[in-house]
Amino acid sequence: MVNSPILQMFARSPFKPMQEHIVKAQASAAELIPFFEAVIAHDWDAATACQHRIAELENEADDMKRDIRQRLPASLFLPVPRTDLLDLLRMQDKIANRAKDIAGLMLGRQMTVPESIQPELLNLLNTALMAIEQAVLALNELDELLNAGFRGHEVDIVERLITELDQLEHKADEHERQLRSSLFAVERELYPIDVMFLYQIIQWVGDLANRAQQVGNRLQLLLAR
Amino acid sequence: MDIIAQYGNIMVIMACVFGFFMAWGVGANDVANAMGTSVGSRALTLKQAILIAILFEFAGAYLAGGAVTATIRKGIIEPSLLAGNPELLVFGMMAALLAAGIWLLVATHFGWPVSTTHSIVGAIVGFAAVGISMEAVHWAKVGTIVASWVVSPVTAGIIAFFLFRSVQKLILDTENPFANAKRYVPYYIFLVGFIIAMVTFTKGLKHIGLHLSWFQSAGVSVIIGLITMAIGIFMQRKIKVDPSADREFHFTSVEKVFGVLMLFTACAMAFAHGSNDVANAVGPLAAIVGVVSAGGEVAQKTAMPAWILLLGGAGIVAGLVMYGHKVIATVGQNITELTPSRGFAATLAAASTVVVASGTGLPISTTHTLVGAVLGVGLARGLAALNLKVVGTIFVSWIVTLPAGAILAIMFFFMLKGMFT
Repeated sequence: MVNSPILQMFARSPFKPMQEHIVKAQASAAELIPFFEAVIAHDWDAATACQHRIAELENEADDMKRDIRQRLPASLFLPVPRTDLLDLLRMQDKIANRAKDIAGLMLGRQMTVPESIQPELLNLLNTALMAIEQAVLALNELDELLNAGFRGHEVDIVERLITELDQLEHKADEHERQLRSSLFAVERELYPIDVMFLYQIIQWVGDLANRAQQVGNRLQLLLAR
Repeated sequence: MDIIAQYGNIMVIMACVFGFFMAWGVGANDVANAMGTSVGSRALTLKQAILIAILFEFAGAYLAGGAVTATIRKGIIEPSLLAGNPELLVFGMMAALLAAGIWLLVATHFGWPVSTTHSIVGAIVGFAAVGISMEAVHWAKVGTIVASWVVSPVTAGIIAFFLFRSVQKLILDTENPFANAKRYVPYYIFLVGFIIAMVTFTKGLKHIGLHLSWFQSAGVSVIIGLITMAIGIFMQRKIKVDPSADREFHFTSVEKVFGVLMLFTACAMAFAHGSNDVANAVGPLAAIVGVVSAGGEVAQKTAMPAWILLLGGAGIVAGLVMYGHKVIATVGQNITELTPSRGFAATLAAASTVVVASGTGLPISTTHTLVGAVLGVGLARGLAALNLKVVGTIFVSWIVTLPAGAILAIMFFFMLKGMFT
């Protein structure tokens, strides 16, 4: 019986689906650890399996993103601006996209990572994943924020989380810089085209942390009202 | 005159049947809106909601429904023009009841949101203006009523906004929401008891012979408020912080405390709804009984017998029990994001507005008032997502219901006139 205006007034909240979406994006990025280990060990079967999983997770994230967008018509009255919410969603999705790009490229070229930079590369990846985890933590506060009306005490908690996220991204930047100079030290001994794509991968892994930070930025915009 | 003498008893019986039918429609139709926020926020179970609705809708109808019933019965129509033909009033009111009742059925069948109040007022104005004459209608009063239809959602929205902001400032935004909830919720419970009691005593109880001065009413209301507060404190004593539930959503335990508050607010809303909407069914009935019992005199001063309000209350309860449980079940499934703290703010704001309107004798739409209150909470950024299309459908239902009720009433009026003369 749908003729009660009270029933029709309450639309499905987009906040929970957005939290689920970033968890999916994080899962997609987390698969990069076993993937990198497989690549370093030249185990291409395992690497292919990992890449498939990453692509699958990224597809699921895309489906969730589409679903959320469909549920946000213009006639929906939200406690935060609709455009800010959609921007946040887009930034979350870019994390999964980048993970898929990394896996696709490394698998496609059957990339050999020089031994001297392997530990540093894994280090960079871990830092990037920590940044993503921090972004997920901040986003998990969304329903608490909603309950607090996007004001007051809860906002301070979230701002602290976002500041930590910024620091993690700085750390990742540092790692990225060091990694590039390490590669620069050995690049003459390597096949030039491989080196170019290695630089590309380094940049892309750093991108993961950048995008996580931008998720934090968008979240801050939601709070700044 | 003779028609009344001849057919008086039949008319009263028919009127009672139509009145009961309309009250049944009010109960079935509106109960989802009155109890919706309580069940949707999961503060009440279905059974509790129905029980509360039965008790308090009836109480509201009987104890506080008198003023609005009086307005519907004799506030809209100018009696002097009917002095020569009192049977016209009888036909008209019966036509109005039939028209509004049938319009309710049609709207329910097609799934349109329709206000029972607008239906009956549109029907009465329709038959009076067209069937009798344009001067038969107290246009000033009708103007006031229409103005109240705009003012009531706005007022409820404003009250809900400030209520919810106070909840945020005092409880939700603080370092220790649970402790503050236990401290401040009893005051809100006092507020609920006080407001309902205050308006009822100052305005509504003359027909059961209770005459109280303003101060006496205030005093009794304070006492009733304190009693409800005591009951509330006792009920919330057992609620403890549940750390496992709180890990998932920090405010779970706090909302449990608000659940107790919501129980009282639900009672208030049922009471308010009964007080305002019973008149839609029994106002016309009271007019008919008044005319017939006075032997054809359309005097304004005939007192209203209490059994009419009883009949109306019974009709609402019947409709609620037979149809409402289906509706409330659906409500519970659809509203997932409403927590008791929000439900409370919206419901108390709506209940207060409706009860004040009942006290001043203004028939307003409880549904639209509740929608206004919910929007108020939304403006305080308390709700995740509201569908603003509903506001549009409400405007459309306004535009459609008033003429529809009027046209149907005019039709039935001329039919009845033809049948009996």
